[in-house]
Amino acid sequence: MTTSIVEIKQLSFARGERLIFDDVSISIPRGNITAIMGPSGTGKTTLLKLIAGQLTPSTGSVHVDGLNVHTLARADLFTLRQRMGMLFQSGALLTDLSVFENVALPLREHSKLPEVAIRQLVLMKLEAVGLRGAAWMMPSELSGGMSRRVALARAVALDPQMIFYDEPFAGQDPITMGVLVRLIRTLNDAMGLTSVVVTHDVDEVLSIADYAVVLSEGRVVSAGTTDALRASRDPWVKQFINGEADGPVPFNYPAPDYASDLWEAKR
Amino acid sequence: MQATRKMEFWVGLMVLMALLGSLFMALKVSNFGKLAGLQDGDTYPVTASFSDIGGLKPRSKVTMGGVVVGRVRSISLDTQTFKALVTIDIDRTFTNIPADSSASILTSGLLGDQYIGLEPGGDDANLSAGSKIEHTQSAMVLEKLIGQFLVKLSEK
Amino acid sequence: MNAWLEKKIIALGDGFMSIARAFGQGWLFMLLLVGALPASIVRVSAWIRQLYFAGVLSLPIILVAGLFVGMVLALQAYNILVNFNATETVGVMVALTLLRELGPVVAALLFAGRAASALTAEIGLMKSTEQLSALEMMGLDPFVRIFAPRFIAALIALPLLTMLFNVLGIFGGYLIGVEALGIDTGTFWSQMQAAVEWQEDVMGSVIKSLVFALVIAAIALFQGAQCLPTAEGVSMATTRTVVHSSLAVLGLDFVLTALMFD
Repeated sequence: MTTSIVEIKQLSFARGERLIFDDVSISIPRGNITAIMGPSGTGKTTLLKLIAGQLTPSTGSVHVDGLNVHTLARADLFTLRQRMGMLFQSGALLTDLSVFENVALPLREHSKLPEVAIRQLVLMKLEAVGLRGAAWMMPSELSGGMSRRVALARAVALDPQMIFYDEPFAGQDPITMGVLVRLIRTLNDAMGLTSVVVTHDVDEVLSIADYAVVLSEGRVVSAGTTDALRASRDPWVKQFINGEADGPVPFNYPAPDYASDLWEAKR
Repeated sequence: MQATRKMEFWVGLMVLMALLGSLFMALKVSNFGKLAGLQDGDTYPVTASFSDIGGLKPRSKVTMGGVVVGRVRSISLDTQTFKALVTIDIDRTFTNIPADSSASILTSGLLGDQYIGLEPGGDDANLSAGSKIEHTQSAMVLEKLIGQFLVKLSEK
Repeated sequence: MNAWLEKKIIALGDGFMSIARAFGQGWLFMLLLVGALPASIVRVSAWIRQLYFAGVLSLPIILVAGLFVGMVLALQAYNILVNFNATETVGVMVALTLLRELGPVVAALLFAGRAASALTAEIGLMKSTEQLSALEMMGLDPFVRIFAPRFIAALIALPLLTMLFNVLGIFGGYLIGVEALGIDTGTFWSQMQAAVEWQEDVMGSVIKSLVFALVIAAIALFQGAQCLPTAEGVSMATTRTVVHSSLAVLGLDFVLTALMFD
């Protein structure tokens, strides 16, 4: 295993009364694609926000590239974030700026590049996601898949070291999904990135990921290479990967005895 | 960029309208520049004591022959004589008000605000900063007037 | 009994904690907002743009409302003052009522309904579509980019709108008093000039509206930033903005009046 770029140690996080993470430790290796998987509602997106410092854990620590994210000063945190890119579920393009301006925004703000260079860079990034032709459209004119690709171009505009994908495949048609899968792999290899993909689309992500972490009910169920995951004998992991309807996670929500429930007149 | 220019135009127009509105407020609606905006340097203080000031308030006007020449700055009670001590700011342009001028508290209209009216005297010396107006006439208080009137009626 | 008491004490403590937390969040928000002002004030085009949305788009309602408020004030004042043969003071009454109370307050209430609610909805929507998070992830401070320009715009817009409301109101009073009811033009204006103080009344009006703008904008932005990122959450936050800022304006108006006109 290569050195890890993100190191999560004994992290706990509660939202109100609900404990979302309970003593979770994960390390994400540099230069690879790591998939973080788990059923809906396990707080995968929350985990990304904890790594990016948008949320603060109850206990435990998150180190990114050796820096403790949650003890950094606000200004240092913003500097650190320039080395991270994040692709949001909805794309999160700024609705009052055109596609071009959306991708140009981080460049304009964080570099002193002349307008010509910015234009070239933006068009290059858009070309990489295949949307150079849509540069002058507004976000409202794009389809869901297209706005995700634009958001991806924006996320890599500053050539970050790592990029986080939040449910990149959710609600996309098979073609778009195929495009996104290819983009994640090629961007990772071409730019030497570290990619973290949060998803529950098992097949798509396992086809490109090098490592996989499976979360359930606030705990790490399995962590390791994708091959190890596929070979796992853990019944829960098997059910999750193969998408079986019944197993350790029962089909039926816990309920009183069926017969007595049906015949009992009033409750 | 076209949209931005349009926005800037409208914002500019709004600011211009508000500025014109302020000008209207200054020239037409309020007493801007007519003694209201007098700074300390433009006036000199004079005092006068009255046995009854009625409804006189700070910033009430001070007139001479009907023309506003100053404003009341402060009102306090002289604890020795138990008279009201009124400090008046008089506009520096009126430097030759005779020192023996008299001050009386008058009412504009039957129910209007009370103000101080100055009557010029005949002295060669003029009022200056810190001088005191000796001849004063107190406010006419309606209840007292009616009281006197009733007393006179009953005497007849 | 013991369990009941314990429950009550827990509820009390919980209530107190959540109030304290809300206060803390509010103050933290204000602190970050004020901290972002210097960096934001130099981005002139950003807040000019917001000035358009908050100010120019509120102009029609402010101007029309001002005109009608002035007209109805003149009508009422005339009906009362005609009994005392003092109709020439209609102008004074209209001008002072507008400048001291109705101008800043009504303009602020309209502003809360028209501009502040839109502000909350816009920010709530940006939050629910993760635009705010996206800005943060790009290393851009949403306080500098989003909140502060809108705050500055509100601080500039409301005093301007209040000034225009007052002017239109006085003009409405003039239309009814002089043009319709036949008060002499000269006395109408000269009485007004004699009674209205530039500093106390006109500037007082501006100061009041500045305070109102500050409170309304802070409430609107805070509600937008705090709302639940759902359609229901945004609509609830918008309602809260209008209710809270209207109450704050009316309450503060009393305090300011007590402080300014003793």
